[in-house]
Amino acid sequence: MQNRTIEIAVGAFMLAGLISLAVLAIRVSGFNVSAETNSYSVYARFENIGGLVVRSKVSIAGVIVGQVADISLDTNTFTALVRMEINGEFDEISTDTTAAILTEGLLGGKFVGLSIGAEEDYLKEGGMIRDTQSAIILEDMIGKFLMNQF
Amino acid sequence: MLSNIRNLGQYCLDLLAVFGRAGSIWIQAIWRRPRLANAPLVIRQIYQLGVLSVVITVLSGFSIGAVLALQGYNQLVKYGSESALGLGVALVLVMEIGPVVAGLLFAGRAGSAVTAEIGLMKATEQLSSMEMIGVDPLQRIVAPRLWAGFIAMPILALMFSVVGIWGSSLVGVEWLGVYEGAFWAAMREGVDFQSHVFKGIIKSVVFGLVVTWIAVYQGYETLPTSEGIAASTTRTVVYSSVAVLVLDFFLTLMMFNF
Repeated sequence: MQNRTIEIAVGAFMLAGLISLAVLAIRVSGFNVSAETNSYSVYARFENIGGLVVRSKVSIAGVIVGQVADISLDTNTFTALVRMEINGEFDEISTDTTAAILTEGLLGGKFVGLSIGAEEDYLKEGGMIRDTQSAIILEDMIGKFLMNQF
Repeated sequence: MLSNIRNLGQYCLDLLAVFGRAGSIWIQAIWRRPRLANAPLVIRQIYQLGVLSVVITVLSGFSIGAVLALQGYNQLVKYGSESALGLGVALVLVMEIGPVVAGLLFAGRAGSAVTAEIGLMKATEQLSSMEMIGVDPLQRIVAPRLWAGFIAMPILALMFSVVGIWGSSLVGVEWLGVYEGAFWAAMREGVDFQSHVFKGIIKSVVFGLVVTWIAVYQGYETLPTSEGIAASTTRTVVYSSVAVLVLDFFLTLMMFNF
């Protein structure tokens, strides 16, 4: 076969490899090149975050609007302080919004669900969501249920 | 009794000698005198080993991805967690099946060809005539094949994984009706580039190296008869398949922190 044909075929082969790598990096593993710059942080305190982890999603009405950026323990109140990065286009989240830690399906991962309030003031960078609802711990519920039986 | 022990010792020494010769071939071909002028030969070998293996790799990847989706869906749907199908298939393909099955296919498709080719060159005394006219066959014949295997194998494994994931999404999303957003989102959330994809690539690089090494050695050391070439080709496929599977176990043990 002609040398040139071989070279072209090998070039296409290498290119296919690079494209595969790019697909695996971007589409499959969600390799973030940089954090979304157009986002703002909102804080919330929870009694118990259950299995919430960094990069868990934050949703309103089931639509993803951001992700959990940081989780730390507030040593004054011994509650969990969760920092969420909300996508900048959702900038009309009222100050009396409720944040709840919910579970996807029965065994799925935890995520933060926001229920929008009625207030006209909107949360800004560094705002705090006061009204929170902790994760429902299955073992606690079973415990309570058993206690009620007796 | 004594002769048994003697035979055992002889066998062990032979085995050591095999490893020694294989190592020296590898080191002489790769490390001692790398030469840029051989690049066109490498390209030709990438064509022989890589490009010609694309069709079999893509077909196998597609079928395996589709089968994984079918089987995985049947199990996951019992627990109502079929949205994890994409994640499961992607992890399995990227970390294990992609590199391993691509390695096995590579051994069967490319390794055997390399052994037969070099073996025939040896049987027809092309290698010795090359030495006679002052061309080092390790440089001219062996090194390009080693480099080509080293380069082509990871690309084939990547293609295998990507096509497999595509096949599983076709079966899972289009046919079985898994919600598309959940399929890709769970995958994106669960698969990490550095701790999953990159380790799969390392595996495939190692497999490519080992398979071509075995193939080249078997060809180079073959008995210069037709039976010798046949036996060497068989040994290449057997040894490199076993090597891929055994090495996969140890690489997994090493890289995934157990």
